[in-house]
Amino acid sequence: MSTPAKRRLMRDFKRLQTDPPAGVSGAPCQDNVLLWNAVIFGPEDTPFEDGTFKLTLQFEEAYPTKPPKVQFVSKMFHPNVYSNGNLCLDILQNRWSPSYDVAAILTSIQSLLHDPNPSSPANVEAARLFKENRKEYDRRVKETVELSWLN
Amino acid sequence: MSDIDFDDDDDDFLYDDEDDFIDDDELDFTEIIQEKQEKKKYEVEYKVYSIQEIEDFQNKEIEHVANIIGCLKEHAATLLRHFKWNKERLIELYMDKTEEVTKEAGVIVDAQKLPKLIKLHDFCCDICCDSGEDVESIALSCNHRFCKDCYTQYLTQKIKIEGECRNIQCPSDCCNIIVDENTIKLLVPEDTYNRYTSLLIRTYVDDNIFLHWCPAPNCEYAVECRIHDSDLNRMVPTVKCKCSHTFCFGCGLPDHQPCICSLVTKWLNKCRDDSETANWISVNTKECPKCKASIEKNGGCNHMTCKKCKNEFCWVCMGPWSEHGNQWYTCNRFEEKTSVDARDSQSKSRAKLERYLHYYNRYANHEQSAKLDTELFEKTERKMEKMQKSSELSWIEVQFLKEAVETVVQCRNTLKWTYSFAFYLQKDNQTTLFEDNQRDLEMAVEQLSELLEEEIKPNKIAELKQKVVDKSIYVKHRREILLEDTAEGLKESRWTFIDP
Repeated sequence: MSTPAKRRLMRDFKRLQTDPPAGVSGAPCQDNVLLWNAVIFGPEDTPFEDGTFKLTLQFEEAYPTKPPKVQFVSKMFHPNVYSNGNLCLDILQNRWSPSYDVAAILTSIQSLLHDPNPSSPANVEAARLFKENRKEYDRRVKETVELSWLN
Repeated sequence: MSDIDFDDDDDDFLYDDEDDFIDDDELDFTEIIQEKQEKKKYEVEYKVYSIQEIEDFQNKEIEHVANIIGCLKEHAATLLRHFKWNKERLIELYMDKTEEVTKEAGVIVDAQKLPKLIKLHDFCCDICCDSGEDVESIALSCNHRFCKDCYTQYLTQKIKIEGECRNIQCPSDCCNIIVDENTIKLLVPEDTYNRYTSLLIRTYVDDNIFLHWCPAPNCEYAVECRIHDSDLNRMVPTVKCKCSHTFCFGCGLPDHQPCICSLVTKWLNKCRDDSETANWISVNTKECPKCKASIEKNGGCNHMTCKKCKNEFCWVCMGPWSEHGNQWYTCNRFEEKTSVDARDSQSKSRAKLERYLHYYNRYANHEQSAKLDTELFEKTERKMEKMQKSSELSWIEVQFLKEAVETVVQCRNTLKWTYSFAFYLQKDNQTTLFEDNQRDLEMAVEQLSELLEEEIKPNKIAELKQKVVDKSIYVKHRREILLEDTAEGLKESRWTFIDP
């Protein structure tokens, strides 16, 4: 059955395939268009490089008026990602605009890996290390990069 | 029952009513009326506005700005809301740097037409990807075009769920153009639009420091009072809304004259955790002479070891146990210096507690009595209804009781707060004067309260009425004297406050 949310998600999917942004990919589940699996490749020249981070996007029928719930499945060590994988990103909360699509969400998350915001931390330890001990921060991130290759 | 403070429309009726009873002091009476017109020292100037009045005022300001700038009213409104209704600043900055100001406020003033719903043949909505010749679409002056359904859904979400109003931007990302009132009216259902306008009015009142909503439940009036926060140490700006709720403009709490806001907050916090517990502690415990922890002795000998600081002392004389030698069960060291000191400091802190309880008990008592007085009146009213059926008394003849109860309740409220006020007052000559006023008012209120309890007999009602009315006038007068004195003192910084 086609609803506005599903129609829109199919268009998002088409766009993602015809004009794919670098370093991200995603697709709806076979039996549920409202649930997406996605992968973000760690951006080059960051400690996240070579990582393949998996995440899920859960949409509601109110999409795109309401943003989807995005959660990392891979273990993350990042100042703005909670230990359960939820992430703290303004465009997924109060700065959401219905003109954002899946490609825009994924590229925003990719650039968040690049540019953490340690002043509003979701992971206090990561934020502290990012500010005070970059070497240790890089080491801890690389651990998660290696973990991301498994399964 | 001259109803001095109240601006009720039925004053005339009250005065007429009294004339029958106070024939002999016609002169006093006119004096009271004259007094009524003057502003008392403890009163502040304020105005009560209805929502309609606020709306009219806003529309006038919007029209004014639209005329000066030469733009659409909708855009002027957005600009004004961005500048929090500071018209002068808006116009000044606008003339200075139009581009920056409009960009920041999210307006394109050049647009001389309001957005309209149209059908385009090559349109595809970026939100739902609907396309076709019969899809209605709309765009703000930024030309970000979306279909009607998506726009409506977007606006409804913003208004109904997020409670947003003046900051609803174009749905396109990174576009800060504000959706104007007219476009919203065009797109959303009526109830959503009504919600939107009421939110807009709300922000107007919230943005203006001289305007506050009346805190009474379901009351929709706003009160304007030109008082700054810094004035609150020198006055108690008490206002009365048209819904008859009397409250302090400074903190929004119910009328707390003559006590100033900062003391009220302090006092209420203190009472919240103290009163009853303090009472019990005072009766049942002593303090450890070293760490002041309250200790209840529930058995055993007089050799006490404080659980908190391990200090060993004698329960009887409060002196250190080490000085007691081997005399374990009796204390004969009464004159020892250290134990005298310990008892001194103990009695000091106990005196402090006693002092607090003195004021608290009176405060609480008036609060309770005011409740009882109101209940009494309700009982009386029911009784009157019954009597009405059996005798010739009419409902109107007992209305003086209602007025008197209102006076008593009001004065008890004032008295209640005088005790909190007094708790924080330094003892000096001024305070003595204040306490005299307090006592006079208290006595008068108690007498009036007693009169209200008298049994009502149909043949004596005229006599009772005269007494009650006379007393009410006197009580009100005493309240005014007290409030005038305290208000004057606050203005002149005559009171010295302490932190007991």
